[in-house]
Amino acid sequence: MSYMIVKDEKGIIEVKWQIWRKTMERREDVKLFNFHASPFGQRVIWALKLKGVDYECIEEDIFNKSNLLLELNPVHKKVPVLVHCNKPIAESLVILEYIDETWKQYPLMPQNPYQRAHARFWANFAEHKLLDAAWMAMRSSGEEQEKAVNEAREAVEKIEEEIKGKRFFGRDNIGFLDIAIGWISYWIPVWEEVGSMKILDPLKFPAINAWITNFLSHPTINDTLPQRDNMIVYYHSRRKEVSPF
Amino acid sequence: MEDLKLHGFWYSPFTMRVVWTLKLKGLSYENIEEDRFNKSPQLLEYNPVHKKTPVLVHGGKPICESMIIVQYIDELWPQNPLVPHDSYERAQARFWVAYSEQMVPALPALIQSTSAEEKEKAVQKAWENFKVLEDHCLADKRKFFGGDKINIVDIAIGSFFVFFVTIEDLKQVKILVAEKFPLLHLWFDNFKNAPVIKENFPDREKMLATMKAVLERRLASS
Repeated sequence: MSYMIVKDEKGIIEVKWQIWRKTMERREDVKLFNFHASPFGQRVIWALKLKGVDYECIEEDIFNKSNLLLELNPVHKKVPVLVHCNKPIAESLVILEYIDETWKQYPLMPQNPYQRAHARFWANFAEHKLLDAAWMAMRSSGEEQEKAVNEAREAVEKIEEEIKGKRFFGRDNIGFLDIAIGWISYWIPVWEEVGSMKILDPLKFPAINAWITNFLSHPTINDTLPQRDNMIVYYHSRRKEVSPF
Repeated sequence: MEDLKLHGFWYSPFTMRVVWTLKLKGLSYENIEEDRFNKSPQLLEYNPVHKKTPVLVHGGKPICESMIIVQYIDELWPQNPLVPHDSYERAQARFWVAYSEQMVPALPALIQSTSAEEKEKAVQKAWENFKVLEDHCLADKRKFFGGDKINIVDIAIGSFFVFFVTIEDLKQVKILVAEKFPLLHLWFDNFKNAPVIKENFPDREKMLATMKAVLERRLASS
């Protein structure tokens, strides 16, 4: 890229400046250490893609983690880790807020502090009350599975109330909460198939099922999803594992 | 008047976090002391999902989950900021606040331990968390997690350490061992003596008596 200074043609200087700026943005050096089947990593991908942020994705083998990953996330030793200008950030919900605060286009978090608290509350709720239960429902059987399915359904029932009357949790557009709990739309149906159980009953939870359809029909959301067949194979192999990711 | 009401239990670490935040910001509020064994209908209405304290009610609107409340307060009242200004530092602070949630199971495990073996196992579990904080969070020997000033990490973790030291009295066991965790020990000393925190630190004897009473009542009802 050459940078010609043309003194008396202001338009050309402006164009060269824009090209230089875009190049620098691309050189912002954003790397994502991820595992393709991770619902946590997917959140980060969605956020980066919605904001049009270029990044390099480094696929980790979570059964044989690289020394680099262990160095970047010594506390949890897990994916995803976002590395921005050589500085690592771990924990997907923390990464989401970091992305939203760093790249202002396509804002994800509501402006209003009360609505922000509300979004954080529900992201937290789904993380603690639904994720573990759904995972357990996937990998268990008999009474243990029944208990987990019921717990998961109780959590979904509460989320159903939240989404009623809205296209997305972010209202008209996909927002922080949609991204934070977006894993429900794709991972739970996969886990349902693997575990031969049902959580997202369309008769009991019409609003959440409608949201799933809206969410997954967004091109940016849909285009980045991992292949379903691969997910099914992977989670079948994990069905007897004790701890996820 | 800011029209702030706080529903909580004075001895709960989660309520403490909100009280400290309100005090650090110089905000006045109405304190509504809840009875954990007989929660008010108002509380159940404000937090129908979890039915737990603390709940901050601001202008009639409830906010639940202690660290979400803390961040809410910090966003609305910017004096004495508790969340770092720099976005990377902010992410690190939020990371450690999220980590503090992993310390929660250690508390009931310690409180409910009866045999020497159970106590030892529970202490070891708590020490795993302490080691992470000692090695990774306090590694650069700052006064507080927030550097020279208290931040959300100090508040999140400080509230649990109030409990850990109370459990030391309750169970006659040393948990925050200075020789094992010198940085953490020093940090907690700095924290409990910091202005505002010191004036709003729960009384040691009162904490012990209350925890004994709560434990007895739980055992009686089980």
